[in-house]
This record gives sequence, C-alpha cells and structure tokens, in this order.
Amino acid sequence: MSDQGTAGATPPLDLLDERLRRGEGPRAALAAILDRIRGGDLGALPIVLGLLVIWTVFQSLNSAFLSSANLVNLLVESVPVGVIALGVVCVLLVGQIDLSVGSVSGLSAAITAVTFVDAGWPMPLALAAAIGTGAAIGWVYAMMVTRLGVPSFVATLAGLLSFLGVQLYLLGRTGAINLPYDSGLVRFAQLAFVPAWLSYVLVLLAAGWLFLTGRSLAAARRRAGLSARSTRLLVARSLAVLAGLGFAAWYLNEARGIGWMFVCFVGLVLATHYALTRTSWGRTLFAVGGNAEAARRAGINVRRTYTTAFVLCSSLAALGGLLAASRLAAANQATGAGDVNLNAIAAAVIGGTSLFGGRGGAFSALLGILVIQSISNGLTLLDLDSSFRFIVTGLVLALAVALDSAARRSRTAHGWA
Amino acid sequence: MSADATGPALSLRRISKNFGAVAALTDVDLEVTPGQVVAVVGDNGAGKSTLVKVLAGVHRADAGTIAFGDREVTIGGPADAHALGVATVFQDLALCENLDVVENLFLGRELRRGRLDEVTMELRSWELLRQLSARIPSVRVPVAALSGGQRQTVAIARSLLGDPRIVVLDEPTAALGVAQTAEVLNLIERLRDRGLGVIMISHNLADVRAVADRVAVLRLGRNNGFFDTAEVSDEDIVAAIIGAADNVVTRRANRERDAGDE
Repeated sequence: MSDQGTAGATPPLDLLDERLRRGEGPRAALAAILDRIRGGDLGALPIVLGLLVIWTVFQSLNSAFLSSANLVNLLVESVPVGVIALGVVCVLLVGQIDLSVGSVSGLSAAITAVTFVDAGWPMPLALAAAIGTGAAIGWVYAMMVTRLGVPSFVATLAGLLSFLGVQLYLLGRTGAINLPYDSGLVRFAQLAFVPAWLSYVLVLLAAGWLFLTGRSLAAARRRAGLSARSTRLLVARSLAVLAGLGFAAWYLNEARGIGWMFVCFVGLVLATHYALTRTSWGRTLFAVGGNAEAARRAGINVRRTYTTAFVLCSSLAALGGLLAASRLAAANQATGAGDVNLNAIAAAVIGGTSLFGGRGGAFSALLGILVIQSISNGLTLLDLDSSFRFIVTGLVLALAVALDSAARRSRTAHGWA
Repeated sequence: MSADATGPALSLRRISKNFGAVAALTDVDLEVTPGQVVAVVGDNGAGKSTLVKVLAGVHRADAGTIAFGDREVTIGGPADAHALGVATVFQDLALCENLDVVENLFLGRELRRGRLDEVTMELRSWELLRQLSARIPSVRVPVAALSGGQRQTVAIARSLLGDPRIVVLDEPTAALGVAQTAEVLNLIERLRDRGLGVIMISHNLADVRAVADRVAVLRLGRNNGFFDTAEVSDEDIVAAIIGAADNVVTRRANRERDAGDE
C-alpha cells in the first residue's frame, strides 16, 4: 500500500495550484510549521515552553516539585478551576466574557451544601439543583446581552456581586457547611484514583483511537482525491502520544496515581473539543465570534448561539464549584472567591483562546490550568503566601494577553487571520 | 430547465424603508423573471444597498409587498430569504475571516453525517470553485489570507450552494481584476442560462451593458426609469441616474465632443 495515496502522476485535488509552496516529507512539514509560527499562528507552542520554564524554575528551587506525589496532587487540584475555564473558553469564543464564574461556582457549592446537608435532599437532586441554577444564571445573562443589549462585561460584573451575596446569604451566619466525608461526592473528589492497570489501558485506547480516526480520515480524503496524512506520520504521532502519556501514567502511578476527577475533566475537555470542531453548533460559535453580522446573514441564529455559550459557561462554573466543595469537603465563604474568577479566565487565555473571539479551543482550558496550577502549587511549596501568588498569576495573565494581541497583529500581517 | 420561465419570479411593489428621518426607499418597484438579469443602477445614496438588504431579510421593508409569482411573501429575516431561494452576495461579502474557505462556504448549512462531513464539504468546495474558474490556492486557509477578488469569488460561490431561484449581487465586480470581472460576468450569464433570476447592483455601465437584460435606475430612493439594455444609450442611463439631461456629466461630454470635432 502506498503511503502517499494518489500522489504520483496527478497531485491531489487540493494541491493543484502552482503557487502553493509544498514539498513532500518531514522536512517540508517542519518548514510549514515554522512558517505558521513566524506568521503568529503560535498554537500550543508558547504554553508548552512556558510550562517547561515554570517547571524548571520550581524544580530548581524545591526538588519536591516534580515528585510523583506532588504532581498527582497538582493534577487533581487543577480540576475545579479547569472545568470553570472550559466554560469560559466557550464564552470567549463567541466574543463575550463572563466575569462572574467564580461567584457562580461559589453559589453552586453553597446550594449543594444547603440542599444536601441541611435539607437532606438526595445527592442527585442536590447536584441537579446546583447545576440547574448555573444554567438559569447563564440564561439570564444571555437574555440581558441579546435582548436588552447590556454588554456582557457589565451584566456579568453585576452577577459577580449579586451571586456572591446570595452565596453568603445561603451559607448563613456560620459561613461554612461541611459535607460528610463518607458522601460519594467527597470520596470521588478526594479518594478515587484510577487503578494502575486501567490507566495503561486508557493510554492505549487513546493512542489507538487517535491512530484509527486519523487513518479513516486519511482514507476518506484519499478516496475523494484530496491530500492526506501518510500512514507513517499517523503511526509516528500515535507512538509519540503513547510514549508521552504512558510515561506520565507510569510516573504518576509511582505515587497514588491519576485521580478519577482529573480523568473526568480530560473526558469533558475531549467532549467539548469534539463539539467545537465536529458539530455545526461548534462552527456557529466560531462564526459568531469571528463576525456576528456575517453569521446572522448566513442564517445562523446568533441569539441562540450566545445563549448556548452563556448557559454552558455558567453550568460548567456551577460544576466546577461543586467539585471544589467536594475536594474541600465543605462549602464556605471562600469557595469561588479570591482568585478563582481571574484564574479561570486567565487559564483560558493563557491556553490560547483569544479575548477577541473566534479563536481558541477546548484544550486551552487544560493547558492553561496546568500553567496556573503549577505556579500556584510551586509558590505554595516555597512557603510563599497568596500575595506572591496573586502577583505572579497577574503577571502571567498580562504576558499571555500581550502575546495574544501581538500574535493577532502578526497573523493579520501574514494572512493567517 | 427553469420550471416557470414565463411568469414573474419575483416582484417588489411600492417598497419603502425609512431610517429615522431619512427615507432610504420610497415606493420602489422591481421585477425579475426567471432567466433574466436585471441591473439596478444609481448614484451613491440612491438606495441600492438598502434594496439588497430588504431582499436579503437584513432590513424589513416599512411598507410595500414582495411576491413570488402570485404568492405574496414576507421576508422577515435571512432565514426566510434562504427558504424562498433568494441568495445574496453583499458588498461587504459578509464572510467570517477567522474561518477557512470551506467553513465559510457551508456556514449555516453544513453537511453532516452524524458529525460534520469535512471531506465531502471540501470536495464540493473544490468542484464549485472550479466551476467558477476560481483561482484560490487552498480552501483550508482562513479567509483573512485571501485577496479581495478571491473573497468575492468565495462569496459568490457561497450564494450558489443553496440552489437559489434568485441571486442578488451587490457590486460583484467592484473589487475584481480584469480576468476575474470577465469570469464573474460569464458566471452571471451562466446563472441566467440555468433559468435563475439575477439582480445585479453595479456602478459600471460597461458591465451592465454586457450582461443585463433590463436596467432599473434608482435615484434618491425612488424609481427613476426602467430600460431595455438593447434599446437604451449610456447617456440616457446616466441622465436617469443623475436626474436630468442637462447636468455636469452631459455638459462635460458635450464639451469633449465639441473639442474632438475641431
């Protein structure tokens, strides 16, 4: 079987134009990647480099940083804000913003605690109440933005204060409600780890799935007479993923292993990635974020698109708050307060989702939260208090936004949008 | 090929549209039958683009009726226009610059087989662009990376995907080079031969003369004459556009003719 498919006498349909500078083989592929980076289409590069720098610095300051035990902790700790950041990605994609995700997550934690502990509701009902409240809040924002024309910046800023107030009111005078340690929620968040053998099975499944979907896409493209990735490249990619994830799983299994909560977060990121890139709903998010008027004239219901984005964002914020409370085994006044809000937005932006709308993806929540959580974790290990954490996180956010703007200018100049 | 080559395909009667105190359109009539190209000409601010937007469902007419054959229709939004088979290429093209060519072509009507069917969409994009003799190197680059002419081609290609009955083109050749202008004019003739009705807004009388069967002149938001292209002179069209036979353009033309006679 030829790796190059239809290549030979007639080039693939999409490579016919004589102006295309495209060669064959790995060198040409590398050159194309370098071209894109120079043009400002940075992809995940800055963030991978940033992570390397951050890890090197903290490891040199404290040798416990890259230990298995600490990384296990880091991953599980990153989940609640990571889930919130995933919602923020959706809102940023349509060119809006939600500044109230922290308050909504805190409110959701309070609702869970009040209904489950104080009122004695069954667990599923309490969870549904919390997440349903989040969805309702998102719907209200969407109505304010689409019907009343309130800028989302202001609508959600108002929400930030109001829902913080509701959270404090619900928690009452004591300001904290403990969740029982033997509840399924707390056990899930604190004690549930994937067995070692299952983690390797999951890694194998991921690599195999990547290869099979890649191969079927390549086969479909070849049948249609379009250019396709060679099987060799697909094998190499899958093997790289297998090696990377396999090593990570092995290293984490040296300690407690991979938390179920983190696995669920990754599953959520993958599901969102699929929805954003493979469904027409996802396409409408990008279209509305890129040019809302053009999307409207193409027959897209722009209001509905905004509404789904806001509802999804607030629902995920509620889910994140729930997980935060489970992790802590308590809902208190600090849940969702402090830097949660900014960390979630910073994670999305640092991960590569543009504040200007229309660019980004689900993986930016995962990558971004790893950066944020690494900084936070490293500074905690160094016994530095939250003042330093705020300063460093703020600086990283400023850097990420500056990079986003610079890359955007460069993209315009180099014609990558 | 056309199902109904005789009856009027689309007729606008006494369409009016106001923006605040400004009457952008007043009692405008327009009619296009299948297999006919109608050019709408007029000076800046004559209401051409407003008329396009009424047809596309971007603006609602304040008064007047739109009818397909004998059936009166309402165009309340872009989706209504799509459903009626009215496809519009706007002057600003209305493309999403962050999306690539395929994504723009199929925006709002993606092909799906469970999930998005990217391969078929890409294939059909190439077929469509080849029909239009379009010179676009890659359909997987963001539209922001394309030149003005290439974007125009993408916008026209997009209008044809939904098998429209009427195609409305707002200054389709304004941004194009010589060869691409000729291609677009060929394309308009092909649309007409397929039995579609074409409404073309243009400033360029040479283009109008090349393809249009009828010319409708707008002036200050009102009809100012309908002409058969075969029987009308450029001077008459210009006079209708500007509003009088004695105006700065005719005076200049006369002066130049006099100078040439000497």
